Amino acid sequence: MSEVRDDRQYTETHEWILDNGDGTYTMGVTDHAQALLGDMVFVELPSVGDEASQEDEFCVVESVKAASGVYAPADLEIVAANEALDDAPELVNSSCYDDGWLVKFKADAVEDLMSAQDYTGTLD
Amino acid sequence: MKRTPLYQAHLDSNGKMVDFGGWEMPLNYGSQLEEHHQVRSDAGMFDVSHMSVVDFRGAEAKAFLRILIANDVDKLQTQGKALYSCMLNEAGGVVDDLIVYYQDDEYYRMVINAGTTHKDMAWIDAQAHGFDVVIELMSDLAMIAVQGPNAREKVFTAMAGVEEVAGALKPFNAASLGALFVARTGYTGEDGFEIMLPASSAEFTWKMLLEAGVKPCGLGARDTLRLEAGMSLYGSEMDEGVSPLEAALAWTVDLSDESREFVGREALEKLTPEKTIVGLVLEGKGVIRDHNQVFTDFGEGEVTSGTFSPTMGKAIALASVPKGSKGLCEIEMRGKRVSAKIVKPPFVRNGKILVN
Repeated sequence: MSEVRDDRQYTETHEWILDNGDGTYTMGVTDHAQALLGDMVFVELPSVGDEASQEDEFCVVESVKAASGVYAPADLEIVAANEALDDAPELVNSSCYDDGWLVKFKADAVEDLMSAQDYTGTLD
Repeated sequence: MKRTPLYQAHLDSNGKMVDFGGWEMPLNYGSQLEEHHQVRSDAGMFDVSHMSVVDFRGAEAKAFLRILIANDVDKLQTQGKALYSCMLNEAGGVVDDLIVYYQDDEYYRMVINAGTTHKDMAWIDAQAHGFDVVIELMSDLAMIAVQGPNAREKVFTAMAGVEEVAGALKPFNAASLGALFVARTGYTGEDGFEIMLPASSAEFTWKMLLEAGVKPCGLGARDTLRLEAGMSLYGSEMDEGVSPLEAALAWTVDLSDESREFVGREALEKLTPEKTIVGLVLEGKGVIRDHNQVFTDFGEGEVTSGTFSPTMGKAIALASVPKGSKGLCEIEMRGKRVSAKIVKPPFVRNGKILVN
């Protein structure tokens, strides 16, 4: 079974979003998504200061099997990108909720997210 | 979906099972990358029981195979010797690629692809009309490929008596002991064996190999390994619309005996191939994918098999491009054109990187 954490919210496209409480959010892909994609080999991240409009493709996670775009969940500005993934993309597999986070961004609000419980319901 | 005799063994090793042309097969057992490295550095095993074994027996077995396939079984003079070949249609297109093993002039064994078995058997039966040959699909056999620098040694540890039978085998040769058939062949670019055995003893043998330290490897690693080894995959590098001459497989077509009128020969001799298969290495980030467009100085082409090479840490591909293409090319990936180098496969053999 895929792990889903209660402390954060989820998108329909299998990303997690953690509200840091200071107007910033941390984002990554879920356990379900990393298992589906398989071994990660490249992660293409935006740079700090980059802006993205809602639904823009702003990251790409690429596994041996497939490339998958990650889309902006709101109009946002990047405040941090996980540079460790440049040398160790496998962190997305081994630690998708912790060391394998993708970006931190600033946004006014992120809407239309699912609770952990609702997200778990979509995985059946 | 069809299951091999090792289905339960895959579940026991946490195999991630997927639909592979109607067969329920393991894609990986956790990490396809680890499985890949395991084969390059030590020993891994693959369940290839979905592939089909076909025996040809009879006074005209040899004469029949000399017209059925494009390579010439007359080259096979010692028991157990193997030959890689394409089987062609009248237009010179590839019906399937296969390995044939020589037992004696009246007995040959062939291994064909899983996905093409039904079509192949119908084709073979149609060609066999008038020949004194009995063709039998050996559906009660399982097949395990054990591959890697330590594969042979670990097989000898796991399977009593096999060293006496197969210890002295040279590459591309096979030996048998009763229903056990051991071939020093493979699809990874590493040393090892492909072992055919009765379906009923497959699970026991698999467990003994596990105990000897051979790790199970799935279809994912099988594909990255064969691609690094520069080996063709039927349906990707060639199919019924592509001749071996356009798939860098001219070396498997034997035209030396002018009187040997194998199926497809006439068409091949009239053909001027305009395309060939080359290797591509991407310098930047990203992974080359099947069907990406390729732009060379000689014209356009297409990626036939693209992947990430775990051994090289770069994306690699086989691609069908205009003949003569060399140097640099561009690949269109996710809407962008990126530069790649054209190389001659294989990329990796026996654990060593062979291209820059």
